[in-house]
Amino acid sequence: MMWLSANEAEALSLSLSVAARSVALSLPFAILLAWVLTRRRFIGRTLLDAFVHLPLVLPPVVVGYLLLLLFGTRGPIGSWLAQAFGIELIFTRHGAALATAVMSFPLMVRAMRISLENVDRGLEDAARTLGAGALDRFTTITLPLMLPGVLAGVITAFSAALGEFGAVITFVSNIPGETRTLPLALYTALQTPGGDHAAARLAIISIVLGFSGLLLSEWFAHRVRRLLGR
Amino acid sequence: MLEVAAKKHLGAFTLDAKFELPTPGVVALFGRSGCGKSTLINVIAGLLKAAGRVALDDAVLLDTEQNIDIPPQHRRIGYVFQEARLFPHFNVAGNLRYAERRAGAPAFVSFDLVIDLLDLGALMSRRTHQLSGGERQRVAIGRALLSQPRLMLLDEPLASLDASRREEVLPYLEILRDQLAIPMVYVSHNFDEVLRLATYLVLMESGKTVAQGGIADMSLNSGVRAIIGADAVGAVVDGTVLGMDPSSGLTRVGVGSGELKVLSETTAPGSKLRVQLLARDLIVATRAPQQLSVRNILTGVVTAVTGDEGEADLIAIDIGGTTIMARVTHAATRELKLTAGLPVWALVKSLSLRSRSFEAARPAAPDPPAAPTPPAATAPPAATAPPAPTTR
Repeated sequence: MMWLSANEAEALSLSLSVAARSVALSLPFAILLAWVLTRRRFIGRTLLDAFVHLPLVLPPVVVGYLLLLLFGTRGPIGSWLAQAFGIELIFTRHGAALATAVMSFPLMVRAMRISLENVDRGLEDAARTLGAGALDRFTTITLPLMLPGVLAGVITAFSAALGEFGAVITFVSNIPGETRTLPLALYTALQTPGGDHAAARLAIISIVLGFSGLLLSEWFAHRVRRLLGR
Repeated sequence: MLEVAAKKHLGAFTLDAKFELPTPGVVALFGRSGCGKSTLINVIAGLLKAAGRVALDDAVLLDTEQNIDIPPQHRRIGYVFQEARLFPHFNVAGNLRYAERRAGAPAFVSFDLVIDLLDLGALMSRRTHQLSGGERQRVAIGRALLSQPRLMLLDEPLASLDASRREEVLPYLEILRDQLAIPMVYVSHNFDEVLRLATYLVLMESGKTVAQGGIADMSLNSGVRAIIGADAVGAVVDGTVLGMDPSSGLTRVGVGSGELKVLSETTAPGSKLRVQLLARDLIVATRAPQQLSVRNILTGVVTAVTGDEGEADLIAIDIGGTTIMARVTHAATRELKLTAGLPVWALVKSLSLRSRSFEAARPAAPDPPAAPTPPAATAPPAATAPPAPTTR
């Protein structure tokens, strides 16, 4: 990528890598939660629903702060992860991925729920009479039919992860090459005297990235709809 | 033997159903819309929980007293839904294979046989949204068959189709009944369909099973009469083909101790033909009629006279072990002094053939070629094979 500077290329690839990890981390949980919240009736469902949506209404800095408390070196989960698996989250790209995953999680779940609510449960009943057990029905009928929602969720979450700022900078700080993603790099450039030109370039990169993401998602959605025979 | 007993409260609606009928055969669950027919077959399928018992021969599928409740996926019940419910993300072949792969029993209905019986060959690579309504139902029937079911449930499979599409599917259901001997429960509020397909009829009214029995008996049931309306009331008789009448080319069908002549391709003696004699199409005479154009005349004895809607009575006539029904005015009842025990002649103005070869053990020898159609003007009242309506 000869037209990008080393710093820009670094921020871009880091952003993509953090967003990809973030999506990969949250995807299975998001599908599970979308299913539980749509299909199960249990005590505390409303509470769980509200909890999942919390990052949408909280200031990202608060989320970053809570993550510090829980996953910091002395936090209950952070110290356990470090001792048991040697995983360091604080000041690392893994931590950045976790922060963006938490922030984009409700967006992902929402998109999937809308799609799951539109899946005809009669088709699942039909599969059931044909001998399909619960897991079989989910993987062969429900999941393929909610694929448009899964795809929409993945794309929305990926875009949100690329742009996440507050939670990332609070939780894992702004370390070049490790946690300085595109928005953090842009912010840094703006804080640097004479960094206007660099900031503009980073902004253009962000715009191009977002635009291609939208086009790509349209193309995917079209393919999936054809696959589902609509 | 298919044994069903189910109790279930759903809001203000209460299901309280019970029937027991021999297998194989086609049981029609008949009743007005909203009487609980679909609820009941969902209980049989296991898709709806209810208290009671469902047993097919030796297999107990549900017995809440013994804590037996086999989940739907292990009941081996094929279910054809009203709206087909084909999987939109598979093509036709994919839908069929889905069932085949999950069949919980050794195949007694092979993939090739299903494609052959239901004429699915040309549809295999089609997407489900490219199918017509009739084709969708054929695929749904095929898919249910490939799960190797011991019982088929059909929930108004033709209700969402228009009349001509219905005729695209009905013959296939007849083939199923005659060639596969899988017990079937057929939900319908269309009496014509029931007459085409069913062996037994279970009548339902507001959640309860109120009467059950063979089609011939049930065609005279007052509850059934109330639903189908006075003009559709009439005896349904499963007659036996006696042979072909050489002079007219018509098929001679023995009903009770009498004989009817009908136009049918089936002429092999011993085959079964189902004939419907509408009550309004019978004329009752107390003396032997002479010099009439009507050729189908049955002799019998009046067994009952019951008031019907309007200024009419229904006269039940035993024609030698089989009961038929005629509709006459009150005035005629009085003048002819129609009472139980009176010998009468029943003149059949018209009749309709309801099933080509009902429950027939097909004769080993192929049927003789179809009889030539007699000129309409001189033909005695007769019927054509379905789907033609009642002939006059």
